[in-house]
Amino acid sequence: MMSTPGETGTEAWPLWEVFVRANRGLSHVHVGSLHAPDADMAVRNARDLYTRRNEGVSIWVVPADAITTSDPDAKGAFFESPAGKNYRHAVYYTKSEGVKHL
Amino acid sequence: MSDEHDIDPHGEVSVDRIRLADEYAGESARHGAVASTDVAEYAMRLGDDALVLAQHLGDWISRAPELEEDVALGNIALDLIGHARSLLHYAGTDTGRSEDDLAYFRDEPDFRNAWLFEQPNGDFAHTIARGLVASVYLVELYAALTESTDLTLAAIAAKSAKEVDYHRDHAIQWTVRLAGGTEESRRRMIVGIGDTWPYVEELFRDDELVERLAAQGVAVLPSSLRAGFDAMIADVFAEAKLELPTGRHAYIAAGGGRQGKHTEHLGPLLAEMQVLARAHPGASW
Repeated sequence: MMSTPGETGTEAWPLWEVFVRANRGLSHVHVGSLHAPDADMAVRNARDLYTRRNEGVSIWVVPADAITTSDPDAKGAFFESPAGKNYRHAVYYTKSEGVKHL
Repeated sequence: MSDEHDIDPHGEVSVDRIRLADEYAGESARHGAVASTDVAEYAMRLGDDALVLAQHLGDWISRAPELEEDVALGNIALDLIGHARSLLHYAGTDTGRSEDDLAYFRDEPDFRNAWLFEQPNGDFAHTIARGLVASVYLVELYAALTESTDLTLAAIAAKSAKEVDYHRDHAIQWTVRLAGGTEESRRRMIVGIGDTWPYVEELFRDDELVERLAAQGVAVLPSSLRAGFDAMIADVFAEAKLELPTGRHAYIAAGGGRQGKHTEHLGPLLAEMQVLARAHPGASW
């Protein structure tokens, strides 16, 4: 059983996951994690740690223990299902004759 | 600063594209503006405030409560070094000295920083209290100095204003958290405020130099910044449920940093800051 990061006795502050948006129009992308005593300070620490070289215009922070992950041990069953289902890809289909701009 | 197209989206900068002179704020580096003796003295005061505080803050690196706070204090120190470089570079134009000449080869009586900036780091609460006073003062100062008739000082102030605004935010956030945290953190914050407050008054003291320069629209009269400072501190203290120090902490330190008189804390700081440059003059690395 893994312990939740930030909740062990050796870590004084909880762990936060940081998402930075590089530009308008792009999505926030996970860039890493950090420790902070609360959400406001986490945003400030994220600014110091992850936007030092003009990397971002917006920051999200999320408590690490608020994130539910897929089970790494069940990777096979969870992600192999698309195999053999080529019809999920657009190239599987031929273009109809009358359609010019697709 | 280059325009947006020059910035790599991943923030990668190759070292051969960096010119140190680009880091000077203001016109003096690019257009060779030369400070008069009065302006040089004024710039040296502001530059020494920033340099001495930056040197103190550097001591926290690897010693802060968390790694993230190491970085925050280190960032603030580096911002202040940037201000000091621009200001001391400009101050040096009067006498043909470089920023390094001024930083590393002046002795204690030639430093012009106010006493607040040379006060020791103490515990984290002391550093935050000192940072609060310094940053609230500097935000007021640089906002006003942006209007200076001296274009170099105005440009340095405009660049610095955004940075000290963040320093102030950092200090306020921590003041509120320490004061409202545990019994112990609140006790330490109150002690830190009490030990810092005697050094507030000197920041707002006018003298002949600033009066002369203020009359020309070059300098900002320190006394004119006091009302803004008091209002901001009152807001922060209200939120943090702190009170202005009374009793033995209500005394006013003599001051005299602007005339080169300093407390016992500046000497050791300068010794550490200057020893390498003095042992190997002109060395580069």
